[in-house]
Amino acid sequence: MQVSRKYTRWIAFAVLVLVSAYVIFPILVVVMNSFKSRLFISNMPFSLPDSQTFVGLTNYTQGLMKTGFFSAFGYSLWITLASVFFILLCTSMLAWYITRVTGKATSTIYYLLTFSMIVPFQMVMFTMSKFANMIGIDNPVGIVLLYVGFGCGMATFMFAGFIKSIPLALEEAAMIDGANPPQVFFLVVMPMLKSTAITIAILETMWVWNDYLMPYLTIGTEYRTIPVAIQYLRGGYGAVDMGAMMAMLFLAMLPVIVFYLICQKYIIKGVLAGAVKG
Amino acid sequence: MEKSIRKWFALFALPGMICFSVAFLIPFVWAFILSFCSFTTITNASFVGIENYIRAFTVDNYFTQAFWFTLAFTIVSVVLINIIAFTFALLLTKDVPGTNAFRTIIFMPNLIGGIVLGWIWNVIINGVLAQFGLNIMSDSKFGFWGLVVLMLWQNAGYMMVIYIAAIQNIPQDELEAASIDGASWWTTLTRIIIPSVMPSITICLFLTLTNGFKLYDQNLALTAGQPNHGTEMLAMNIFNTFYSRVGFEGVGQAKAVIFTIIVAAIALLQLFFTRKKEEAL
Repeated sequence: MQVSRKYTRWIAFAVLVLVSAYVIFPILVVVMNSFKSRLFISNMPFSLPDSQTFVGLTNYTQGLMKTGFFSAFGYSLWITLASVFFILLCTSMLAWYITRVTGKATSTIYYLLTFSMIVPFQMVMFTMSKFANMIGIDNPVGIVLLYVGFGCGMATFMFAGFIKSIPLALEEAAMIDGANPPQVFFLVVMPMLKSTAITIAILETMWVWNDYLMPYLTIGTEYRTIPVAIQYLRGGYGAVDMGAMMAMLFLAMLPVIVFYLICQKYIIKGVLAGAVKG
Repeated sequence: MEKSIRKWFALFALPGMICFSVAFLIPFVWAFILSFCSFTTITNASFVGIENYIRAFTVDNYFTQAFWFTLAFTIVSVVLINIIAFTFALLLTKDVPGTNAFRTIIFMPNLIGGIVLGWIWNVIINGVLAQFGLNIMSDSKFGFWGLVVLMLWQNAGYMMVIYIAAIQNIPQDELEAASIDGASWWTTLTRIIIPSVMPSITICLFLTLTNGFKLYDQNLALTAGQPNHGTEMLAMNIFNTFYSRVGFEGVGQAKAVIFTIIVAAIALLQLFFTRKKEEAL
């Protein structure tokens, strides 16, 4: 019994090593090929760069030029930070309001928000992008409003779920002491929402940062975020410059992986909570 | 207290509701109405009844083809992802050295965006096929299995994390009692572990199901629906109907409504299953 248990442990270990290799391998292939001439990528992506195929940083300079990567990074960063900040602010207030004020109107809002969570983006993409264009919010500032609106459902749902579990007594005590509703919310309720807010921030960051269709349809012709810039490399009908593609894929993954390694504890926890509640 | 909060609608609820209306409510209602109209821009619509819904299936057979492709892909990937993720979770809860490092690595691909993922696997699959003088556009079955491998790479770690949390929540004394009674690992697995993680299995099945059905970015970057619409999934078929031919916007919108109904039906089914579980407890 003891012996067989020891064996299973090492077999499990060996399997996990193989699986980890399978996970890391594609990323290594991208890094390796980003230093190879584009002519040698499609047919032999698994061979290491040698004196004949090594091109130094050419792919990086080409890719940066073709995609405008730095400005794409800037737009992605701004849109993600601003959207997540306003999602947290607007939906925490909204969730508190519809939880504390009962009635037909607030429960209708709640059901509409829940409903929006299950509607796929394809349903509204055409009208949303045309409407955004009509009212002039098809720019890197206006798109934040769209993200807040589309991300509203899940965030409000999760905040409301948590607020329902907070005892009313604290807020009532603050009211009796003469605090008005904004003071109650910002000074008493908001600090208690911290852990839910971290969860929501992580889920919304992953969504906005990686989102392709919404920025492509609303602002894509003038302002490219990272996913749009990468897909843009594909261009029209000509062959894709796979060298530049590899270099840009690596640059696109790098910040995500660094961010993940720094706050993986929160990320795994947040994703877990999101899956169970969403 | 409720009364005094109610007066503050403009501060608390209005900002969120404005964004929600602009981004979702108005476009949704508008889109629904437009699915019964013929239009090229959203303001020159004329009512045509259910013609768009009929044309969605009669203009060409790509929509039905995309439906079957999506369904087959979703079933295969849901089954594989969940079996593999569950197996990893069992391995990782077995007190193996380096558990945390493994979990960190296996979960990582889940954070990488669909477009980037699609291109990574495009290179790898083309590299493998190049040894045989083929590429991913040669045959739609390459695109199909390519998507399955990609989804497995992206989602197995995510589902694994959910299963690990569930397995760790099983009371230790139940497992100890089973081992004292001499239960084999198979009995322990089927009689104790699987029944206690059933709620998580439901969650994971539906998460992978909806993710599979709504897949777009990965599909676009990996094959863009090639060859000849053979690997086109529902979301991509809708996008192409809207944007690649003028005059088909109404048909695209009708397809989007059908798509929404399918996705909503899956969500309602999930609600039904989770409710039933809760009642059973």
